[in-house]
Amino acid sequence: MASHAEEPNRRDFLVIAGNAFAAVGAAVTMWPFIHQMNPDKSAQALASTEVDLAPVKQGQAITVMWRGKPVFIRNRTADEVKAANATPVDKLPDHVARNANLAANAEATDANRTIKGKENWLVAVGICTHLGCIPKGQALGDEKGEFGGWFCPCHGSHYDTAGRIRKGPAPRNLDIPPYAFISDTKIKIG
Amino acid sequence: MSNHDSSYQPTTRIGKWFDERLPIMRLMHGQFVDFPTPRNLNYMWTFGGILMFCLVAQLVTGIVLAMHYQASADDAFNAIDQIRRNVNYGWMIQAMHAVGASMFFVAVYAHIFRGLYYGSYKAPREILWILGVFIFLAMMATAFMGYALPWGQMSFWGVTVITNLFSSLDQIIPGVGTAIVQWLWGGYSVSGTTLNRFFSLHYLLPFVIVGLVVLHVWALHVTGQNNPAGLDIKTKSDSVPMYPYAVAKDAVGMFAFLLLFAWFVFYLPDYLGHSDNFNPANPLVTPPHIVPEWYFLPFYAMLRAIPDKLGGVIVMFASIAILAFAPWLDTARVRSAKYRPIFKWFFWLFVIACCALGYLGAMPAEEPYVTWARIFTAYYFAFFLVIMPVVGIIETPKPLPRSIAEDVLGAGAHGGGKGAGAAAAASPEKR
Ligand code: HEM
Ligand code: FES
Repeated sequence: MASHAEEPNRRDFLVIAGNAFAAVGAAVTMWPFIHQMNPDKSAQALASTEVDLAPVKQGQAITVMWRGKPVFIRNRTADEVKAANATPVDKLPDHVARNANLAANAEATDANRTIKGKENWLVAVGICTHLGCIPKGQALGDEKGEFGGWFCPCHGSHYDTAGRIRKGPAPRNLDIPPYAFISDTKIKIG
Repeated sequence: MSNHDSSYQPTTRIGKWFDERLPIMRLMHGQFVDFPTPRNLNYMWTFGGILMFCLVAQLVTGIVLAMHYQASADDAFNAIDQIRRNVNYGWMIQAMHAVGASMFFVAVYAHIFRGLYYGSYKAPREILWILGVFIFLAMMATAFMGYALPWGQMSFWGVTVITNLFSSLDQIIPGVGTAIVQWLWGGYSVSGTTLNRFFSLHYLLPFVIVGLVVLHVWALHVTGQNNPAGLDIKTKSDSVPMYPYAVAKDAVGMFAFLLLFAWFVFYLPDYLGHSDNFNPANPLVTPPHIVPEWYFLPFYAMLRAIPDKLGGVIVMFASIAILAFAPWLDTARVRSAKYRPIFKWFFWLFVIACCALGYLGAMPAEEPYVTWARIFTAYYFAFFLVIMPVVGIIETPKPLPRSIAEDVLGAGAHGGGKGAGAAAAASPEKR
């Protein structure tokens, strides 16, 4: 029958249309089985955390949990801020601020990593952007790496006092989470 | 050997009745009793059977453990303790499963290196070999997810580091890597949700492996076994029936292997693990030195040898994928390295490189280890991409025996298997 019909004929159309419907149907059926693995509603609920910074003295650091992730909060000394400011952006492996409170293309200056008027406070997600270890540098005796910020022992990534990657395999600066000061000594993350 | 007929003869009436309806006994008899095996096989050929044993042992011990295990972030760590201390014989069965995973990899590495040395991947066994590569991948995935289940510090951080490998895809299409990682985790970090799905998959994958093994053995029984001489079975005198010859030899190899297995289970059950995994998972503290289980160390060394995140991930996966291409990268006309005077040396250097990478993978990511890891990684790839194609062309193979029988019995015996040594080989023609 197909041999004397013109190409492409009605049968070809039916075959293609039938297969296309089957493929779309299969994909639609698959989606719930794939999507079920994505973060569920309880994980998504954007929990926010309030943190009182008053007890954190200059040179000290604390770690709080936000969305199941550790967040580093460091009250930086004047020297540490100065060191961060003295580093030109074009010397950084990652030029972007990675600050959820700013535009995605903001430059990785120290000012763009902090909040104006509160430059001594650095708030960053404490997860190495390489493969997710928690860098050292929060506790007093910790090794802080070659740039005085944090050091990730897993594969040797060095972060500076602004949480910017300086050396090692990590591709990005530590993420700055969305946060704001709700009073002079209190922040709300998320 | 596909045309080999089963000599199965049902002896009872019910056997005959059954055979006419479902000839499974006929099939099994033909494939596993009088299946012709080359008469020159050495002990490296016993690892296939050993691997079968390992798979069944993991299934049996695993199903038992699953009866007592709790896949939740709060309970998993204690559940293992409970199994080891309180469940009747739990201490033994848990050790069998944990040690069994290591022994499984000991056997699979022996099996793979055997294939590389004797050219078992070469035509006509390409599909057989590639199925093996898939089995290896499935084993790695299974073991990785199994290692997560005790929910100790190494479990947690191993999962974190390895799942994060996928975030390197952000370097190609921003956002895609992160989306995949969060999909794997079921959250924004590794959590009990992740543990739960890993348990589900850890239960599933071994059965996928069973399916792959069936295909692997099927492909093997189509082409027949390779052998130390790398020759095909041409006449009846080249082969012996699988039972009792190969089966008996397999049993000897298996018992030697079981001695080693039992020694670890009963005397050093935790030797192959990591002491950090006796600390419960803590998402706030990374152990100072994250190392995977020993069988992943060479790949971990390659990952860390590359200074770029995405590059490291690509190299690590490529190191396994490249195995699948070996049949076409190797240009040699003879199979067995026994007759390949140049390739032989490069092969042993390859074994050394793999061991060295294993050592380097356990060392911190510092100099001089990183440089050495780069050198051995380069050699690992050069072995496949340069040595296999080039040496195959420039090398003159040593003269091959004319047949498998001649390989075993010496030149005089060619053509009949009735030479001086034939009596010792217990008249293989007897069927
Ligand atoms: C391909 C075969 C398998 C491999 C390579 C494998 C590997 C592993 C490994 C490495 C561990 C961690 C052991 C430890 O450090 O304590 C583990 C744990 C576990 N596996 Fe398997 N496994 C396999 C098959 C199975 C099967 C079929 C089951 C049953 C459903 C199973 C159930 C479990 C359970 C419940 C645990 C947690 C208990 C424990 O840690 O000892 N496994 N597996
Ligand atoms: S995870 Fe931090 S350097 Fe790899």
